[in-house]
Amino acid sequence: MDRRQFLKATSLTVAVSAAGTLATPRIVRAADPIRIGLMAPLSGVVAAGGREIVEGFNMYWEEHGKQSGGRAVEVIIEDDAGNPDTALQKARRLVEQAKVDFLFGNLLANTGLAVASYVKGNGVPYFIPVIAADDLTQRNRIRNVIRVAGYTASQMPRPLADWALKQGHKRIATISQDYTFGHEQCGGFAQVFTEGGGQIVSQLWNPLNTADFSPYIGQLGNLKVDAIFAMELGADASRFMKQYSDFGLKGQIPLLGAQNFTDQSVIRTLGEECDGIISSAHFAEGSDNPVTQKFVKAYSAKYNKMPSLYGFSHYSGAMWVDQVINQLKGDISNRDVFIDAVLKSQLTNSPLGRPVRFDDYGNPVYDVYIRKVVKNKDGKYWNVPIQTYPAVSQFWTYKPEEYLKNPPFSRDYQGIKK
Amino acid sequence: MTSAISAIQRSALGFVLVLVLFGALPLVISSYQMSIANEILIFALLAMSIDVLAGYAGRTSLGHGALFGASTYVVIYWTSVYGGSAWVGCLLGVIAATLIATVFAAFAVRVSGVYFLLLTLALGMIVWGVCLRWTSVTGGENGIRGVGRPDLIANPTVFYYATLAVVLLMTFLMWRFVRSPFGLTLRGIRDSESRMRSLGYGTSVHMFVAFIVTGFFAGVAGALYALFNNFVSPSTVQLSQSVEGLLMAIIGGVGTLFGSFIGAAAIILLENVVSAYTARWQMVLGFTFIGTMIFAPEGILGALRWLISRKRWRRSSNIVTNDSNTKGGTKWIADNF
Amino acid sequence: MASLNLVQILNGLTLAALLFIVASGFTLIFGLLRIVNLAHGALYLFGGYIGYSVTVGTGNFVLGLLASMLFVAFLGLVIDQGLLRFVRGFVLREVLLTLGVAFVLNDIALVIWGGDTFSVQIPAALRGAVRFAGIYYPTYRLFVLLLGILVFIALWLLLNRTRLGALIRAGVDDAEMVEAMGINIRRVFLATSMLGASLAGLGGTIGGAFLTLYPTADSEILVFALAIVIIGGSGSLVGAAVGALLVGMLNTIGQVMFPELAYFVIFGPMAAILAFRPLGLFGRA
Repeated sequence: MDRRQFLKATSLTVAVSAAGTLATPRIVRAADPIRIGLMAPLSGVVAAGGREIVEGFNMYWEEHGKQSGGRAVEVIIEDDAGNPDTALQKARRLVEQAKVDFLFGNLLANTGLAVASYVKGNGVPYFIPVIAADDLTQRNRIRNVIRVAGYTASQMPRPLADWALKQGHKRIATISQDYTFGHEQCGGFAQVFTEGGGQIVSQLWNPLNTADFSPYIGQLGNLKVDAIFAMELGADASRFMKQYSDFGLKGQIPLLGAQNFTDQSVIRTLGEECDGIISSAHFAEGSDNPVTQKFVKAYSAKYNKMPSLYGFSHYSGAMWVDQVINQLKGDISNRDVFIDAVLKSQLTNSPLGRPVRFDDYGNPVYDVYIRKVVKNKDGKYWNVPIQTYPAVSQFWTYKPEEYLKNPPFSRDYQGIKK
Repeated sequence: MTSAISAIQRSALGFVLVLVLFGALPLVISSYQMSIANEILIFALLAMSIDVLAGYAGRTSLGHGALFGASTYVVIYWTSVYGGSAWVGCLLGVIAATLIATVFAAFAVRVSGVYFLLLTLALGMIVWGVCLRWTSVTGGENGIRGVGRPDLIANPTVFYYATLAVVLLMTFLMWRFVRSPFGLTLRGIRDSESRMRSLGYGTSVHMFVAFIVTGFFAGVAGALYALFNNFVSPSTVQLSQSVEGLLMAIIGGVGTLFGSFIGAAAIILLENVVSAYTARWQMVLGFTFIGTMIFAPEGILGALRWLISRKRWRRSSNIVTNDSNTKGGTKWIADNF
Repeated sequence: MASLNLVQILNGLTLAALLFIVASGFTLIFGLLRIVNLAHGALYLFGGYIGYSVTVGTGNFVLGLLASMLFVAFLGLVIDQGLLRFVRGFVLREVLLTLGVAFVLNDIALVIWGGDTFSVQIPAALRGAVRFAGIYYPTYRLFVLLLGILVFIALWLLLNRTRLGALIRAGVDDAEMVEAMGINIRRVFLATSMLGASLAGLGGTIGGAFLTLYPTADSEILVFALAIVIIGGSGSLVGAAVGALLVGMLNTIGQVMFPELAYFVIFGPMAAILAFRPLGLFGRA
């Protein structure tokens, strides 16, 4: 590839310039910077989370002198607008025009899947701390798509379902955004809940960016349930919580949330409508683990707000990749070697306060907290752990080979035990 | 008929220019830039389908983006979910777009002007709504990933030339269409519907057919896009697709056919250049719209043509030129559009 | 299992009230000036953001409402005199120009307020819910319903009991005739433009409190307004009210009963009306 470009450049006298194209040959020297293409939704329903992806990522590199393995690190940021077509277009631009060494980021599952199918074709490493589509590390595993500091959608709600059963909840309804991430989170929850003898009374699905939840809340209010499991993210989560409270359901029916539901990016602009909601995640900004608190304080000092899942994940993701690049002494020219090194590595010193490693399918294993939203001493809301489920993998207690025989979660298949 | 011959000469010049310019590009530009040129060709075809309806039949549509995207969905669905061959998929995509265009046309045939615009907008939104909510078939928000092109056209350069060939062929067909007796009748209807009706022409039938024909071309563009992009999602059928296509047609010059190439190149290159420096692309697009409407509603090629025909009119002041493709055509554009 | 009950009916009615406020402005401009103002949604959003900022800054909801109405009326003036002036009489150019304005306004709003979602603060008196007929319903939504009715009455009085209203109605029927009678129709047009715009701004602040404000809200509300005005008939206040009721109820019921068909339920009737009765239910040629 390099040689052909070199020949073209020297044999042709016509130089056509277009913005940002490198027509000069690229011979990788140790002094060349490492170029990272970071994609995030900077507009749209999850713009707040998207911004924090950029903030968390940049914070890590700034703390570490913007270098890795002896080479400078250049981060090129593109807005995917929360839209798979745009994400695909930006990924192409980053890889083919800006010639980045690897891709990072994206937030919404549909954008991540679009980019993943693109990198499947060209082998560019794509690191996804937040894209949680199950099958990327299960049935449709793509070798160069790697979940550094990431998780699968169905991984986190399962402990919550177990916890709900132990609280004595028997009848639950779910409301979720109608796309893969929602289907999988609800599926993980429904699967464990029904296997433990619970009943999923009804499942509501709303489109992304629903402004008016009143029709759904009207329905939920009519059901006789012990609790409601809500999977909403970004603006939908804040609107749902507000409207749930406006309609008086907050005091009546307990609300259980997926991890993004009570994420800092949502609750920091809310009031008592988020108080007391239970969720489950590997990260809790209110955890008293000293390493976590150090990270939370540093983040708050830099950005004037507590870190969300998005900021934390990309900080940790950058950390993980940095550790591997340092191991390789900056030489990531051989993609296979690079990817292998990542999959075998272990993340140490992360803000979680404990090391993290991948399972055999390329997905990290975490201790998952059951968290509750409470006010901290400064009067702001945050998630505090009330119980811990150790070593939760993407397969819960199932054997991987058995589990993978089941179909992937979708609207129609929610893992509900008949 | 000197004016008629020079019209054909002008069109032949257009063909040759496009062929030479786009044909020579892969030799001098990088593969990424070639993919941009490929995109320009595909969207030029979409813009042309809108242009034929707007410039020659006098109906401005905001629904052709949906026809384009519907074709893309069918092709990707057929090859990816059903596992069929890409060639059959493309054929089905074009057929689907044409069928949907028939439904649109049935609704829109008796309406014109702003109401036509809004009607096509509404119909396009229905298509979008279906693509968004019929999750079991269209994948909803996720869209559907393609399975790549067939080996014959897998190589990007080969595919580029294949696209160029298809687009030139479609351009030729459209050119023949607008110069045919049917096309001339259409222009007559555009200029004065009541007069044509009193002369005994079935105006509704003509509009109906014209809509379907342009829907066919939008469908071809959509099928090419499926092979190019290897991915489809509700954004492919959404309103902004129709809006951008219309803007490309306008900037190039409504009623000029070849203007679509200029319009598509202008918008796509502008977006690439602007996005490299700022995130404010939407504002630039908005100002482009505003500026074009105020200063150059005939578009680049339209303005050029008008200037040339004015010079010729001044030079041969005794002869009345009534070639509706130039002076009359641009006059209609200037008066009504 | 979905059920249609008092809560759902009220949901539809309150949404209809908000939609009416926005659509009434749109229908006046469409009916009188014959301009399909595709920037109407952007005016709604911009007005909402202004209302949000003023309410947060001053702590006063009413001030926020007034600020949004005035500022957006001013925006309407600028658009009319500064841009539309150059394309008078060319309907399609006007429409596409307003589309360009919509893009620009939307992006400016993104620059000023960012991509986050905002919720306009409502005064304490309107928070919480009321209990009646066995249900628990948010007070604010009932306020919106009341406001929608008040706006309808106010506009009806304006159109039918004032000179300006008579001029507007006459202009909707036959603008040339009005001009021939020596009335400065341009001034009537301008007043209507600004009134219509201010209604969009009002809608933005009101809607911003329960539907929230976010970057794509403008195209969503525009699309509703279009459907309402087409179904109800351009230039007709009653048409806008009936259209808003239909669209509001259909949208709410559609989401409850037929979630798959939610868009079709609105655009289907709109397309049908455009095809077979373009004047809408209450419009006049």
